Amino acid sequence: MSHDSVDKLVKMANQIGKFFVAQKHPEGVASMTDHLKKFWNPRMREAIIAHVDHGGAGLDPIAIEAVKRLGQRAGAAASGLRPGEGGADG
Amino acid sequence: MTLIKETDYGTPESKSEKLVTLTIDGKSVTVPEGTSIMRAAMEIGTEIPKLCAADSIKSFGSCRLCVIEVEGRNGTPASCTTPVAPGISVKTQTPRLAAIRRGVMELYISDHPLDCLTCAANGDCELQDMAGAVGLRDVRYGYDGANHVFARNNGEVNFDWKPKDESNPYFSYDPSKCIVCNRCVRACEEVQGTFALTISGRGFDSRVSPGMDEAFMESECVSCGACVQACPTATLIEKSVIAIGQPEHSSVTTCAYCGVGCTFKAEMRGEEVVRMVPWKDGKANHGHSCIKGRFAYGYAQHGDRILNPMIRESIDQPWRVVSWDEAIGFAADRLKAAQEKYGKNSVGVITSSRCTNEESFLVQKLARQGFRNNNTDTCARVCHSPTGYGLAQAFGTSAGTQDFDSVDDADVILVMGANPTDAHPVFGSRMKKRLREGAKLIVIDPRRIDLVRSPHIEADYHLPLRPGANVAMVTALAHVIVTENLVNLDFVKSRCDWDEYQEWAEFVSLPKNSPEAMQETLGVPAADVRAAARLYATGGNAAIYYGLGVTEHAQGSTTVMGIANLAMATGNLGRRGVGVNPLRGQNNVQGSCDMGSFPHELPGYRHISNDAARQAFEKDWGVALDPEPGLRIPNMFDAAIEGAFKGLYVQGEDILQSDPDTRHVSRALANMDIVIVQDLFLVETANYAHVFLPGATFLEKDGTFTNAERRIQRVTKVMSPKNGYADWEVTQLLANKLGLNWNYTDASQIMDEIARLTPSFAGVSFKRLEEVGSLQWPVNADSPDGMPIMHINGFARGKGKFVVTEYVPTDEKVGPRFPLLLTTGRILSQYNVGAQTRRTENSQWHPEDMLEIHPHDAEDRGVRDGDWVRVASRAGETTLRAKITDRVAPGVVYTTFHHPTTQANVVTTDNSDWATNCPEYKVTAVQVSTTNGPTDWQHQYRELTAQSRRIASTIDAAE
Repeated sequence: MSHDSVDKLVKMANQIGKFFVAQKHPEGVASMTDHLKKFWNPRMREAIIAHVDHGGAGLDPIAIEAVKRLGQRAGAAASGLRPGEGGADG
Repeated sequence: MTLIKETDYGTPESKSEKLVTLTIDGKSVTVPEGTSIMRAAMEIGTEIPKLCAADSIKSFGSCRLCVIEVEGRNGTPASCTTPVAPGISVKTQTPRLAAIRRGVMELYISDHPLDCLTCAANGDCELQDMAGAVGLRDVRYGYDGANHVFARNNGEVNFDWKPKDESNPYFSYDPSKCIVCNRCVRACEEVQGTFALTISGRGFDSRVSPGMDEAFMESECVSCGACVQACPTATLIEKSVIAIGQPEHSSVTTCAYCGVGCTFKAEMRGEEVVRMVPWKDGKANHGHSCIKGRFAYGYAQHGDRILNPMIRESIDQPWRVVSWDEAIGFAADRLKAAQEKYGKNSVGVITSSRCTNEESFLVQKLARQGFRNNNTDTCARVCHSPTGYGLAQAFGTSAGTQDFDSVDDADVILVMGANPTDAHPVFGSRMKKRLREGAKLIVIDPRRIDLVRSPHIEADYHLPLRPGANVAMVTALAHVIVTENLVNLDFVKSRCDWDEYQEWAEFVSLPKNSPEAMQETLGVPAADVRAAARLYATGGNAAIYYGLGVTEHAQGSTTVMGIANLAMATGNLGRRGVGVNPLRGQNNVQGSCDMGSFPHELPGYRHISNDAARQAFEKDWGVALDPEPGLRIPNMFDAAIEGAFKGLYVQGEDILQSDPDTRHVSRALANMDIVIVQDLFLVETANYAHVFLPGATFLEKDGTFTNAERRIQRVTKVMSPKNGYADWEVTQLLANKLGLNWNYTDASQIMDEIARLTPSFAGVSFKRLEEVGSLQWPVNADSPDGMPIMHINGFARGKGKFVVTEYVPTDEKVGPRFPLLLTTGRILSQYNVGAQTRRTENSQWHPEDMLEIHPHDAEDRGVRDGDWVRVASRAGETTLRAKITDRVAPGVVYTTFHHPTTQANVVTTDNSDWATNCPEYKVTAVQVSTTNGPTDWQHQYRELTAQSRRIASTIDAAE
């Protein structure tokens, strides 16, 4: 993926992080990981995971942490959500 | 088929629950207290002659034709202004009454032309009907004296006569036929709320007068058509009726413009529309309309409409007209080739919020079943996707909580980032009616929209916040509500998650969130914010209506959740008169979202990773579905620029004009191997298309639309598609060429499939809709007749969720280079990108987009009213003409985006909402300077447009 696109993903991830860092309940990082899982296409998720693997330049701490967890879960199961969770996604 | 005629009861319905029984012509009738005798009579089928009465407006009692006798009472009172009383006995026909009525009619006719045979209203004239009903046989007075009928009396100029006013392109006003019943004036006041009409003069000199005796087009008239509909004669009549003649049959259908979803009677002669008349039984509009739905349907016959399929190898070539078979074959081959070469995820679709539910359902089905990916998105991405996300988080459903009628019970109306009188005009009129009855109004908008101050309406508080400060505003309002102990704790404790509430309350109570601390950010005096918050929390039933000024921001989703927080904290949910109401932009935004157009969810808002939901579709469609979310529109563009996304099928959506950062979009489109555009016209996106599939208008197909109040209504085919196929049939042709073997022969079969697979639509079918008129989802075993008001006994998700709404300033900041903030919006007469309305006479009202700029900012830059100005942002620049006005605050400029040559989206940036990627149209830092004319980009773009619209062989354009 080009620098341009990664920059865009970094910006988007930081935007998401700024929302979830303010949430105390439930835990912000987990919610952010979930958000990326639910709304980001695998292509975008792979690109941001690769970026974090290379140091994650420009990403805020919550975003780095959330993407790391995303990387761990991506290996475990292709569809990581619990059944029946879809109703409240919007 | 016959002409649908609704019953006119003469006076409005009484809402009293107390019943009164009386006798009319010997028949007993029981009606609510406060009902007029006229209406009570009509309830039992007794039509009392009338001219000045109609049930859409209050009784007036001027024509004296509806006189009656009441046993034991003196005189002959007017039945329209006389309320029923217990036990009275009314006579509607006696020799005395007949003589009075004949006398009244004789006077009317003595000052009315007798050209009935050649009159356009012949056959649809109440004056004619009443002359017949009262048995008028003779007019003894003659026409020799003073009159309004003839231009000359005995060769002398008659100064009482006035020529026809033909200034309005859609209807004419012939003063010589006016009987001064005041119905038009009252409809303009009571139904539309514009107060453009009045009666000038007195007695014999009384005349209907637009504005100060101006022509209709010069007056404040907004051309909604209410006066034309109210007129009992040919005084105000549609020019189309004059041109064509009276209609012979009609069908009820749903307007294809905004999210209000007005229903109309399409009145026809054969396959020709004579006129569109708002349907009285329509639950969204109750017989009212606006200029777009009522009059702007002529685009269907416009010469620009393309009626034959076309293809081209590459976008620098002229178009070639081909057969449907060849076009579909070409499209299918290229899609297959792209997937073979670049992988299954390299192609996708965009569904349309202008098309029917059935059509959106099929387009997303094509992606999921045919392409085997979830690369489907819809234009709702760029307008209300934050609503879907935010309300689902807070309440558990991606939709507004109320029906439109609920506004009648609102005591406080809070309008935020919406401009209902322009963008949702029929609902705007409803809202204004309630405001005139005394409801309080809070407007949160950077611009002084018409609602802030217009005839008989004045906002109690207008909070003209800086564009981009929405979250700061909702949080500051919440701060006041919590810290001043205005929270409805009973509601919060019983209905919402208490822990989340406490965290939220603690957050909003922080001193940094007070209106005083936020004053600099908001640009609004703290005292006004406090007063508005108190009014919202304590003023009785409080309802929030919001629009794209809330959603189209970097923090759009956060603001939606902030709005939900306010409603929950004050207990303003779950009953009439309250709620959270998104005003949807396009006619079927709600429906296209409901139909699974988004890349992460199946129809009915079930996440694609939800195994049970996915399996139901897999079983029905016979393929395995990809459990991962697909690409959203902006992600598709990004992937296209990278070379990973190569094919797009766009139905009824002009992404090049409507999406932000035009240069980015055009680069993405230019990088694709196959772009298929299905539309009525060669829209801007078609500049980059390889296949053009002609679309059908809403008049030419069957289906359903779902409006902003979740109301599913029928769209009825009233004429054969000029292009040969309904849009769903075209999708089916493509699907079958890709080997999917679809066999729909009727749109109703698609709805049956939707109902089978979507729990919230389980009880919906065309048959059911025809029986009941409309249904508000969810329609299922729990609510078989639908649900006008949601969350009555509890939220769909269980406990309501409070979300902490931290304000994050947008990246789009003003600075020395770009010191002004540009925000965008709509105007009444034009619709969205204008593809339809620009091809009607509506352009007479709005021929070009203008840049609204405050006098101070204009003076600083030497800009005079009407000057060409250059608007530059970090993304690009464009030129348009300036309009100097204090409707915008200093530091803020505003424009509409209805015209492609303006290219407002060349200027907007690719900033977007954090949760949904909804573009931040509403905030762009710009500089404005004087200029001589269009930019190089505009010149180049015009050349490109001309170049890419070349068609090699002649085609049959529509007449």
